[in-house]
Order: sequence, then structure tokens, then C-alpha cells
Amino acid sequence: MIRFLFKGLLRDRHRSLFPVITISIGVLFTVLLQCWITGILGDMINTNARFSTGHVKITTRAYAENADQLPTDLAMIGAEEMLANLKQDYPDMDWVPRIQFGGLLDAPDENGETRTQGTAFGMAVDLLSEETQEINRLNLAEALIQGSMPNESGEILLSDDLAQKLEVAPGQTVTLLSSTMYGSMAMYNFRVAGTVKFGVSALDRGAMILDISDAQLALDMMDAASEILGFNQIGLYNNEEATVLATSYNEAVVDDKDEFAPAMLRLRDQNDLASMLDYIQSFVTMFISIFILAMGIVLWNSGLIGGIRRYGEIGIRLAIGEYKGHIYRSMIGESVLIGLFGSCIGTALGLGVAWLLQTYGFSVGDYMKNATIMMPNTFRAQITSTAYYIGFIPGLFATILGTSLSGVGIYRRQTAQLFKELEA
Amino acid sequence: MNNGHIINIEGLIKRFPVGSGFFTALDGIDLSFGKGEFAGLVGPSGSGKTTLLNIIGSLDSPSEGKATVMGQSVGELSHKKAADLRNHNLGFIFQTYNLLPVYTVFENVEFPLLLLKMDKVKRKKAVMDALDWVGLTDKVKSRPKQLSGGESQRGAIARAMVKRPQIVLADEPTANLDSENSHHILQTMEKLNQDLEATFIFATHDDKVIQYLKRKISLADGKVINDELTPNRT
Repeated sequence: MIRFLFKGLLRDRHRSLFPVITISIGVLFTVLLQCWITGILGDMINTNARFSTGHVKITTRAYAENADQLPTDLAMIGAEEMLANLKQDYPDMDWVPRIQFGGLLDAPDENGETRTQGTAFGMAVDLLSEETQEINRLNLAEALIQGSMPNESGEILLSDDLAQKLEVAPGQTVTLLSSTMYGSMAMYNFRVAGTVKFGVSALDRGAMILDISDAQLALDMMDAASEILGFNQIGLYNNEEATVLATSYNEAVVDDKDEFAPAMLRLRDQNDLASMLDYIQSFVTMFISIFILAMGIVLWNSGLIGGIRRYGEIGIRLAIGEYKGHIYRSMIGESVLIGLFGSCIGTALGLGVAWLLQTYGFSVGDYMKNATIMMPNTFRAQITSTAYYIGFIPGLFATILGTSLSGVGIYRRQTAQLFKELEA
Repeated sequence: MNNGHIINIEGLIKRFPVGSGFFTALDGIDLSFGKGEFAGLVGPSGSGKTTLLNIIGSLDSPSEGKATVMGQSVGELSHKKAADLRNHNLGFIFQTYNLLPVYTVFENVEFPLLLLKMDKVKRKKAVMDALDWVGLTDKVKSRPKQLSGGESQRGAIARAMVKRPQIVLADEPTANLDSENSHHILQTMEKLNQDLEATFIFATHDDKVIQYLKRKISLADGKVINDELTPNRT
């Protein structure tokens, strides 16, 4: 009997092929959307973490309040001791000092006179020590467009756009004009070792990457750092972990009366990320829920119509002497098979397209030229474990639900009524 | 079964709800059918013949009165018992054939035997016998859409007869057939009636069918107005 019914299922394209196609398409879009939004959110968080916020960041309280002005005069002094303590107290985290500053870069002509000038966003990181992870963390090797990585003190990387604007090439010298930690004017010559492009508009417009010891020298910040960033070992931001860490650190060291006391901030406490991430997260949750609901209704309806379309066949089977319960169970069994098959195909296709979007991405650089937030120029999908099962919610359950509801008609209608529908 | 009758109907009334009231489709029917009858319920549309056939076929139940088929009271049967009654004792032939379109002729005829859980060898033989009765052995692998109207109805007859039911209910079986095919079908059913001793009950207003009947029960407005043996067929 099962073989007989299975044969019918395979031969009737309205019961097998078309529902499988409908379910597969619905599931494909559900999986793809989930991967796509997860990828964009994940990239955004990761980009912010790597270039700006860390998973946690320690600054002075005053610096944190004015962070958008890059106030080097509010930086932390005694950075080396603080770093050593952090490495001892929180050995599971990787702690790195950074200095962010603003300034003017001056490119001289052959006579030493100003040829071109441009504003620069300085990011001083550990480039030259042997154990540094910063080169990998900032993907500097891959971002390199021209020249080479800085090998010695006094060498810097410029964003390719800024280098073009200043008309400087690797090997040439530029002068940084800025202010020291104590408010005096700072002037310092650097040799351009190479140019880089990160694919993040906020950085590509005018970043200048240098070793932190050079920045300390140029800005008179000996043993100082504007911020110390902490990264966990797995490289993915975990808000709960960051909250526990920040709470424990702040309870231990914060002195309410000292504006130069260090404070630990979580990623979401910085760059207005909390409200933005919350907004995006609620939007995404709502969007995915609505999408799943809509797909559910479509597939439920497909199951419903599929069931109703078969009332004639059901009438014949009842007349021949098949039990109502047997017919109902066979319909549910079919919808489980179809739902499962369609969901598997849809999930596989969705994961395939998501993999392509994860590998190659979708460039939005042209739309992000003036972006002030840290967002990658290429949006990529991210395949997570959720992607492997989320499509089964509309694909399997909605289909079964639709068939179940349509099948209820078998019980609620009089047999003779089904018969009339058969004859209609 | 009373007095050798396999179907007994006493004081049968069937009402259907219409708006806030009721429409009485059958109004006090008293009838009985014996084994091997070749009878017809004859009357115009709305006279109640299909409703009566549905009740005899345990597809519907009486509002009042009693219909007993093979010793079982139709109105008191559960869904399962009614299905068992149809499965073991009743065969249906429809006006529109109603062969399952995705199955071959063989598979359509085989279906009732699958429900009876008959083993494969016996099943195959029974199907081929049934197809032989109706002259369709050359169409075993054909799908219903590949058959003519007459062939489709012969396939439907084979499906109804394959389990050798005691009772065959045929609702307007020739309504969609031309004259030649109608006679062919009716002759086939007449032969099966004689060979297998199955009771055939038709619902019809087709003169071609009426001339084959051995017993003609005329219905009008839900009542039996005449019940006669047809002289030239007795």
C-alpha cells in the first residue's frame, strides 16, 4: 500500500514536483536572508572590533566621554605597567595599546616647500614587535596596495586614497602636523613605506598607520596610550563575556572622582553601537520573523490547496472502503516527505548561494564613500549553525500544518459531501 | 438479512438542512433487494435516487427510519465499520468513471484489493480476471487519460467488481457514453450480474439503462411511486 501511494505521489507533479519547488524556493530565501543579515551584522561588529573598539577597550573616563575628538591629552599614562597587569589578570585576552589621533599631512616638493596637504586619521598600533598580532588583526598584509610593510621606526602606511590625494608614493617623505599630548605643536617626518586599502570607507578616506612607539615619540606620549584594546581568543565578540569582564574590571579599579581613572568599555558601549546594534537586531528579528511567517503562510496555503485539490481522490478512496484515518495519515506522511525533501533542497541551495556571497561578497563601496561608521565596503553572508535548520520551520512545519488543516475536512465533511465534490 | 434480502429499507426519511429549514430528499421509503437483482432507481433529477444510493452505499445516513445492508444498519455504523462494509461488500460505478488519473488501469483495479491486504499473486490474478470480464486486458499499462469514455467506464466496472462484491451501486453509469458504448457497458454488467450473482442497483433516468433492468423502482419527490418487475427481462 505504501509503495502504491508513493508511486502516486511521484507521478502526480501537483503533489510532488510543484510543492517541492515551492518549498525549496521559500526555504532558499529564508536561509539566504538569515545568512545575509547575520553576515552583514557580524562583519560590522568584527570591523568595529578590529579597527576601533576591540571586544573591550580601556581608556580614561574623560577620553571615553570625548572619544570622537580623539583627545590625546586625555590618554592614559603608565601604559606599559597597565598592560602588564592586564596580561597577568586576564590572561585569556589579548591586550594591545593603541593611539588614535588626528593631524595634517604635508607632502613637500623637491625644495622642501609644501606641495600638497591632507587631513589624516592616525592609528598607531604595535607594528614592529616580534610578537605583535596587530598586522594580522588589521589584515595589513592583504590590504597592502603598493610598497611594503614598515620595517623600522619612522616608516608608515597611508591609505591609498590619501596617498593619491597627496600625490605621494612609497619611499617619499611626509610631515605630520598635529598636537602633542601636552598641547604643543607636533611636527614629525615619516617615510611612506606602502599604501593600503581596507575596504572600509571610514578608514580608506585618510588613514595613516604607524608603529605606536613612533606615535609616542611624535606626540610626546612616552609610556602613554590613548586606549588599550582587549580581544578574546576566538576572535568573535561575545557580549555576555564582555559584560562580565567590564563589570569586574570597573568594580575593581574605577575611582569616581578621578576623570583619568581607567574604565573598561564593551564593544557595544562605543561608537553608538549599542543603539544601532539593538535597532538592527530588532529590525532583523522582526524582518526574519515576518519573512518566515509569510513563507509559512505561502507553504501552509500550498499544503492546504494541495489537500483540498484531492478531495475528489479522497472521495473515491472512501467509496472503495479506505478508512478516513488511513487517508488522513497518508496525506500527512506525504507532506512530511515533501516538506522534508523541499526543505533539504532549499537549505542546500540557500547554503550554496550563501557560500558564494560569503566568499565573494557584494560590493557596496560606491554607496559607502561618505560613511562615518565602520562598515565593510563588501557585504558578505555568514553561514552559521542556524542556517542549517531555520528553513525547516516554514518548509516542513508549515507544509504539514497546511495539509493537516485541509485534511480535517475529511473528518468534518460527511462522506457523501466529499462524494459530491468528487462528482463536481 | 431478512427473508433472504441483502438490503432492507424501512420508513427511510432523509432531510438536508437548507437555510433555516430542511429539504426532504427521501420521504418514507420502504424497499428491499434480494441477492442477484438487477434493479434501477428511476426518476427525474431531484427525485432522491442518488441520495438513496448513497445511503445504501453507507456514504450517508438516514435522518429517520432504517436502512440495513448485509445485516448492518447503515445509520448506526461508525466511519470505520462503514468503510469495512464498503470495502468488503460494495462496489461503486460513477457517472464520471473516477479512475485515479496517476495510476494505470491495472493499478486502479488493484487498489481495492490492496485495501483488503490480498497477497500479490492472488491480487494479480484477480485484477487480470476483472480486466478480462470487461475486455480491457490490452490496456493494463494505460493511464485513464489514454482511454476512451467506454474504456474508462469498463475500467471503473472492473475496479468495482474485482473484489467480487455482493452489491454494485451504479450512479448514472451511461450518462457520459454514446449509445454503442452504453449498450456494451450494460451488457457487460448484465453478464457479471448473471455470472457473479452480484446485486446491481442503478440510479438512472436513461432509457437505455431502463430497458436492461429486471426491476424498475420509480421515484418522485422522494417517494416510491412504482416498483415493478420488467416483463421482458424477468
